Amino acid sequence: MDFALSPADIATLWLTLKLATTVTLILLLIGTPLAWWLARTTCIFRSAVSALVALPIVLPPTVIGFYLLLAMGPQGWLGQAMQALHLDLLPFTFAGLVVASVIYSLPFVVQPLHNVFAAIPESFLETAASLRASAGDTFFSVVLPLAKPGVMTAAVLGFAHTVGEFGVVLMIGGNIPNQTRVVAVQIYDHVEAMEYASAHGLSLLMLVFAFVALLLLYHFNSTGRRK
Amino acid sequence: MIQARLQFSRGDFSLAFDECLPERGVTAIFGASASGKTTLLRCIAGLEHAVGSLQVNGEVWQDATHFVPTHQRRLGYVSQQANLFPHLSVRKNLEYGWHRTPLHERKVSLAQAVAWLGLEKIIDRDEVEKLSGGERQRVAIARALLASPRILLMDEPLAALDYASRQEILPYLATLHNQLMIPVLYVSHSLDEVARFADHMVLLEDGHVLASGPMHETLSRLDLPTARLEDAGVVIDAKLVAHDEKYHLSLLDFAGGHFWVGEIANSLESHVRVRILARDVSVTTELPVTSSINNVLSARIIEVAEFGRGKVMLRMTLSESQILLSYITTRSLDRLGLFVGMDVYAQFKSAALIV
Repeated sequence: MDFALSPADIATLWLTLKLATTVTLILLLIGTPLAWWLARTTCIFRSAVSALVALPIVLPPTVIGFYLLLAMGPQGWLGQAMQALHLDLLPFTFAGLVVASVIYSLPFVVQPLHNVFAAIPESFLETAASLRASAGDTFFSVVLPLAKPGVMTAAVLGFAHTVGEFGVVLMIGGNIPNQTRVVAVQIYDHVEAMEYASAHGLSLLMLVFAFVALLLLYHFNSTGRRK
Repeated sequence: MIQARLQFSRGDFSLAFDECLPERGVTAIFGASASGKTTLLRCIAGLEHAVGSLQVNGEVWQDATHFVPTHQRRLGYVSQQANLFPHLSVRKNLEYGWHRTPLHERKVSLAQAVAWLGLEKIIDRDEVEKLSGGERQRVAIARALLASPRILLMDEPLAALDYASRQEILPYLATLHNQLMIPVLYVSHSLDEVARFADHMVLLEDGHVLASGPMHETLSRLDLPTARLEDAGVVIDAKLVAHDEKYHLSLLDFAGGHFWVGEIANSLESHVRVRILARDVSVTTELPVTSSINNVLSARIIEVAEFGRGKVMLRMTLSESQILLSYITTRSLDRLGLFVGMDVYAQFKSAALIV
């Protein structure tokens, strides 16, 4: 079989990489304060927010995709808001994919961050405060360095999960070359067209990528702990 | 001066504290577990949100309308656990608060703090987790001092340490006491610990203050639970006046006389605090001529209280301000015909003294 990648395959790979990188960065920016809040707050809405964040883990991706499509569409609340601001509608655009992927991969970033934040003893924060560090200063000088393994895990899981998504992409983004056609969709297309060799090439690449990503993650975390 | 009027409650427990504490020296916050010692310290640090007002040396930290957050309170806080930051080296830990202290507020240099707590050998260690318990606690104390606090709060800093580490740190604490120009609040449930260097004592019970006063006064009061502890006794602040090299003894002098203690290394004229336990003090009505006991001081009985079955506690004055306690049997009391106002001789062995 010929595993060689076509230019179209390469384009989907680049698009996937661009999507996953953008989503991971956004998720780290949103997920970090959210996870920190979840780990420390005593607010009564804590459980509700936790459950909401975790929804994508248990829901079929098509369900999330369906509701996002409704919300982003011309009749949806998000769509209406976008139109009111004279912005383009999100469905079937790269931006739409980013928004959907952020929601879909959110729990995979928030949960490892939450775990590592919750494990940091309150006494470290109090000690930092007694040494004149404000809450923000403490977060950057004590919390984040101690949470490094969790941040790594969150980034790798968020990235890998975005690379691997399929259902949400299909619902929101469709299958537009260079805009929304990611690797998972391209593989599906190859299989539909009975192009098994091309499907193999991409699938094998994905398999190796996922394995290497997880291998690096476990390796990093176990050496981090030993130290 | 520290003026605190604080109220705090959580669940069944409530703390009510309304005291003025001295602006210099060590104040021991003493009491049984769950008496509110730690809570009081946390309220003063701003780690708990108490209701009321708090002023430290003229600076308002809390009143009806203001609540200064912990990181702006200029305090040092040392707790049972050293809480050294595991991702930082010893030096970086020491510098954590120092870097966050504006230049004009810095009163302690790194070299000073290292010398005070004997950290020369460990300052270049990278991993704080490899330090011994005693070393970690010394780093924690130095780190707190390097933030140039206006008050040092210590919450049982020795409680988590074994006997040897405790003995290793105590001398450092005693010297700090003389070098620091700031008040220290020292929470402890060990009389032995606080009797060594505290100047003032606050006795807490169930969240309220039983007594607050100078250390030697509070320890000599028979109406307080401290007098009922097994190691009840008084402290005497004396001056070292002579060494006897032949017998390995040192002579101490205070307002009520002088007495011998086992040889101590301090230089002449230095200030020495001695603790004399009530159970180590006996009483005679005549000056003993032959006795193995080195120390005899004249005293006057001012209070006699029954302390348990067949035992009494005598409270005696040695001088105008110095009190001595003696724990004896009721039989001895009757046999010697002791009464309040009587002049007697108090004696105690040199070997029994705790310096």
